[in-house]
Parts: sequence; C-alpha cells; structure tokens
Amino acid sequence: MGWAVIEMCETFVNLDIVVPSQTRYLRLVGAIAEQLAKELDVQEDTRDTLAFHLNLALTEAVANAIQYSSAANSTDSVRICFSVEDAYLSVRVYDHGGGFDLAALPTPAFDELRERGRGIFFIRSVMDSVQYRKTDSGNVLEMRKKIA
Amino acid sequence: MRIAKEVRDDRTVLSIQEDRIDAHNSGELKDLVLKTLEGGAKNVVIDLARVQFIDSSGLGALLSGYKNASLRTSGFALAGLQPRVRSMFELTRLHRVFDIYPSLQLALSA
Repeated sequence: MGWAVIEMCETFVNLDIVVPSQTRYLRLVGAIAEQLAKELDVQEDTRDTLAFHLNLALTEAVANAIQYSSAANSTDSVRICFSVEDAYLSVRVYDHGGGFDLAALPTPAFDELRERGRGIFFIRSVMDSVQYRKTDSGNVLEMRKKIA
Repeated sequence: MRIAKEVRDDRTVLSIQEDRIDAHNSGELKDLVLKTLEGGAKNVVIDLARVQFIDSSGLGALLSGYKNASLRTSGFALAGLQPRVRSMFELTRLHRVFDIYPSLQLALSA
C-alpha cells in the first residue's frame, strides 16, 4: 500500500516528507518541490527556474535514495526535510543504503555517452552546495540553494 | 508509459504522451525504443513535445536508443524539446550528440 505523509511545522519552510521507496512517488516529490518554490520569498523572474531546479535536484536525489535502499529493504521509506536558514534553502534526503563517497564521484565524461552517472552532476549543477554524510538516522544528502 | 507509435513513410514516430520522464517510466521508454529498432525501424523519431520534464534516467534511455540505432545504422532523431528538457541536453552537451529538430513536422521534412 502506498502512502505519503506531509508534516507542516510552524512555517511552510520547515517541511518533513516521508515517501515510500518507490519510483512512482518521484512525480509527487517533484511537484512538492515546484510548489515550494512558488511559496518561497524569491525574485519573481527567478521563480520558474528555481521551481525547475528544485524539482530536478529532488527527483535525482530521491531516485538515488530509492535505488540505494531497494537492495536492502523494499518496504523502506525516504525522508526529505526542507528548511530555510539565513537566505538558504536546505534540502536533506535520507537513505538507508550502504552510502557512497560523493567526493570520489567524477564529473561525467561527456564524450563517453554512458547511460548512467549524471544524477549527482545535475544536482551539483543546479544547487549551490552538495554534501553527503553518515548520521545516526542513515546517510543524508544535503543540498543547499541561496534564495535571497 | 503512454507512447503513440506511428509509421510515416520510412520513419517510425514514437510520441511520448507523458509530461514527465523519470526513473519510474524511463525503463519502459528504453525497452520500447529497443523493440522498435529490433523490429526493423530504420528511422526513429522521438516526439518530446508533450514532455515538460526529463531526468538523468530519461536521458539515459534516449542515449541507449541513440547508441543502438547507430549500431544498426538506423536514424535516430529527437523533436519538439521544451525549454526545460532542452536545458538538460545542453548541461550535459548531449545536444551536440543527438539529431534534434524544433518540431516533429521539421523532423519529418528533413
């Protein structure tokens, strides 16, 4: 059975979302990211681009998290936390897989035409910073974007 | 994934009927393109006019089609890229790899 829980805290900029580790939820995650961009206090002429970039970064990050966790546990879920601090939107995506070394990932060799390996490149392209670390509650990919 | 398939003269047009290609449906796209090429299609055109969003797995599915078409010396073209979709090809410089037309009409008259 599929489910999605959205918890709204005091303001919309502190959002926790938990979705099942299934790719059918990527569309919903992308739509939430786009809607969030519409709620944020940003310049009007940058809003549509921000909406696209958040959709893309979240889609790629959650697809990765689903892929990592699916090997371990098919009933797993992916947690996504949005928050705004000091003019930065921070998005954290938690996974329960084996983890990977973000720093060791190469920039894709554009002329090699590989079918995989562009997800993190896209996230790096559209966000201002990307970090991946292990925590007590799983691995977390943290992406930050300046919004003001 | 909903894809309309139509043969026009020597071309096989696959029109994507979805507004989004991501890791949920890109596998189906890849499989259908491969089946179409295996079925003997000599010139495949993918109409992306309805697609508003594509992720890295979607680009991978199209690259799979491109590479398989090249191996079979079949034509493989993309048409009708929306701005967000086009930007994904530009970020990865894949717009230099694929044969891209602004519209299906222009792809068919090329």
